[in-house]
Amino acid sequence: MQVTINVNGEDRSADVEARHLLVRFLRDDLGLTGTHWGCDTSNCGTCVVLMDGEPVKSCTVLAAMAAGHEVRTVEGLEGPDGLDPVQQGFIEKHGLQCGFCTPGMMMTARALLDRNPDPSEDEIREAISGQLCRCTGYLNIVRAVQWAAQHPAEAEQAPAQTAGSAA
Amino acid sequence: MQVPAAFEYRRASSVEDALALLESLGEEARVVAGGHSLLPMMKLRLARPEYLIDINDLSDLDYLRVEGGELRVGALTRHRSLLESELVFRHFPIFHDAERVIADPPVRNRGTIGGSLCQADPSEDLSAVCAALRAALVVRGRNGTRVIPMAEFYRGPYETEVGPAEMLVEIRLPLVANAGSAYEKVERKAGDWAVAASGAAVALEGGRITQAGIALAALGAATVNSVRAEQALLGREPTEEAFAAAGRSAAEDCDPVTDGRGSAEYKRHLADELTRRALRRAADRAAVAALAAGAAGEDG
Repeated sequence: MQVTINVNGEDRSADVEARHLLVRFLRDDLGLTGTHWGCDTSNCGTCVVLMDGEPVKSCTVLAAMAAGHEVRTVEGLEGPDGLDPVQQGFIEKHGLQCGFCTPGMMMTARALLDRNPDPSEDEIREAISGQLCRCTGYLNIVRAVQWAAQHPAEAEQAPAQTAGSAA
Repeated sequence: MQVPAAFEYRRASSVEDALALLESLGEEARVVAGGHSLLPMMKLRLARPEYLIDINDLSDLDYLRVEGGELRVGALTRHRSLLESELVFRHFPIFHDAERVIADPPVRNRGTIGGSLCQADPSEDLSAVCAALRAALVVRGRNGTRVIPMAEFYRGPYETEVGPAEMLVEIRLPLVANAGSAYEKVERKAGDWAVAASGAAVALEGGRITQAGIALAALGAATVNSVRAEQALLGREPTEEAFAAAGRSAAEDCDPVTDGRGSAEYKRHLADELTRRALRRAADRAAVAALAAGAAGEDG
């Protein structure tokens, strides 16, 4: 069946089977391999993308179900002015080690900050509670999101200034 | 890579359309909403429908409103909406307790109350919540609508009263004066299924319990309401002794099995302890509701 999904602002189509999962549509049909594929059982959360602005696990959404909806992946985070503050936050606070969970974590962080620009630590931890990181123990991921909250997009032109506070 | 077996996909444009599709496609058609129970089962070949009827476009089934002395919840209402709704929290805080520990945020963005109840997993939390609250479920077919009490809706693991050409469209929760409710769950890790859980709802009148609902999750295939535990509370003051009697009855009447989440003995212990805890909090909330109603009455 022909499926058209708006991915990162652009309508993308492919002829797929009804059983085709959204994560495979993104990775195999569109070549958007930034969205990672992990447990396949909606546990690990590495495949999280935003569907109509909210995090979903793309291993448990059919491509057919996402047809006509807006999907945003990690490839759609960077804006014309450069990295999203969430991406910069992961750099500043060393929010990744192996990087496997990172795309999903960043998409969840983006959705959280869009809804709640000044989240508490508890709110950040709750937001990422459906996603596993096996490297950092979450501390630096939380710090990365806090950094992004403290540096919304318009303040992004002064990364050097923030390097000091990151240490 | 886990992929479901092949099936045909249809997207329903209205409840009528979904019912017509169910009727014409026959018993091998299944309704899919959030898909977070059905798709994993299809990947494992535990379910193998030939047709999926996607009802996610039926936004007229996604609502929360008070009408006719009830809170009416559309079957397509997402877990997240139930968790975040002030209206639901005000009348039925048990939903807030339960939803906080159902799966995780991305799953709660997709999963629906209707899907949870129709899945009828004995470990599923909202079935216990709706049983404790004495919910009535509105099921529609091509020939009309049936309203089914929760106690009759659940027919056993993965089996409900919903017929092959019917669908659940609404959950009705009776509003009760001076009432409180709470949910207590023990889980191994964030987002896991319950090791055991207990939901409680009580109403107070003149310092005594006039209505009681107790329902357990993950404590046996047949467990819905703990009828003896409910009866143990009626007419009594909300004391530790009354809660202990109800907890003991709930533990005696449940039927847990030993598995990776714990021994039957441990789960039976939890049935008792979690029922007491849920009752304490439900009764506290009922007392606060009674005080607030009294204060409002004096002001008026």
